[in-house]
Amino acid sequence: MSARFAPGDAVRVRWAHPPGHLRTPYYVRGKNGVIERICGAFANPEELAFGRDGLPTRPLYRVRFDQRTLWPDYAGREGDSVEVEIFEHWLEPGT
Amino acid sequence: MSDTHSHDHGHDHGHDHGPPPDKDGPLTYYQAMETAVRELLIEKGVVSADEVRAAIEDMDARSPAQGAKVAARAWVDPDYKARLLADGSAACEELGISMGPTRLVVVEDREKLHNVIVCTLCSCYPRALLGLPPDWYKARAYRSRVVREPRAVLREFGTEIADDWELRVHDSTADMRYMVLPRRPAGTAGWSEEQLAGLVTRDCLIGVSLPKQPAAEA
Repeated sequence: MSARFAPGDAVRVRWAHPPGHLRTPYYVRGKNGVIERICGAFANPEELAFGRDGLPTRPLYRVRFDQRTLWPDYAGREGDSVEVEIFEHWLEPGT
Repeated sequence: MSDTHSHDHGHDHGHDHGPPPDKDGPLTYYQAMETAVRELLIEKGVVSADEVRAAIEDMDARSPAQGAKVAARAWVDPDYKARLLADGSAACEELGISMGPTRLVVVEDREKLHNVIVCTLCSCYPRALLGLPPDWYKARAYRSRVVREPRAVLREFGTEIADDWELRVHDSTADMRYMVLPRRPAGTAGWSEEQLAGLVTRDCLIGVSLPKQPAAEA
């Protein structure tokens, strides 16, 4: 599997709203995070949902977000985080 | 007949209220579809009724006790813990827990770090390990709030996370499933794995609670 990103890389989730079955939660779209780990390569759920084979498999990452980048009014401490699994085609280099 | 009839007429007239009626309404759309698909699969010989029953039996045999066993082993065996954190599914298989295709990621609570699990998109849960999820885990209230105000949600479970601790929420959005490895309670030096497993609850493996504390010695 050739993965475009490595752990520690800054990434941004694409700000996109295509129709269909998506496994990219709305609340992280357009947000900056950091690659925590590469989970492996998995069939694309956006294709599987319509009965297709989802191939070729695509790299899946865990991306860590600072809560304050997700919710500007977050009430917890600085440094609280959320980790979300995101497929590579939803990620672009971040800042 | 109304079941809200007035009761100010007294009860000396001997009529029989009877037991309350069953709440079995008509099947929902998805209940009817499940029954139809299951019956067709059986009729066409794709699966047998006995295989369906056996699959349910297998599901029912999985329980948080399996997760407790895994956590207790990790507490007493640092090498096992390292393997568990590197590959959760393989480490469960070592203890005879069949994980099937489930890819388990175990996240470790540490000093100054508490973890909690959710699936905001649906209700992904490590069923192969812990069995069926609790209803609240599948409820929209938990799923939407725990990523947004996790400290308030944990407080409602009676779990207070100190302000100088990081709270990390894990959203199971795709192919991984998660379990929290809680911190081993203090005062348990020399305890057996079985004793330790008795302190591990389902909720602390999800991360909304902490392990039970050992009872104070008399």
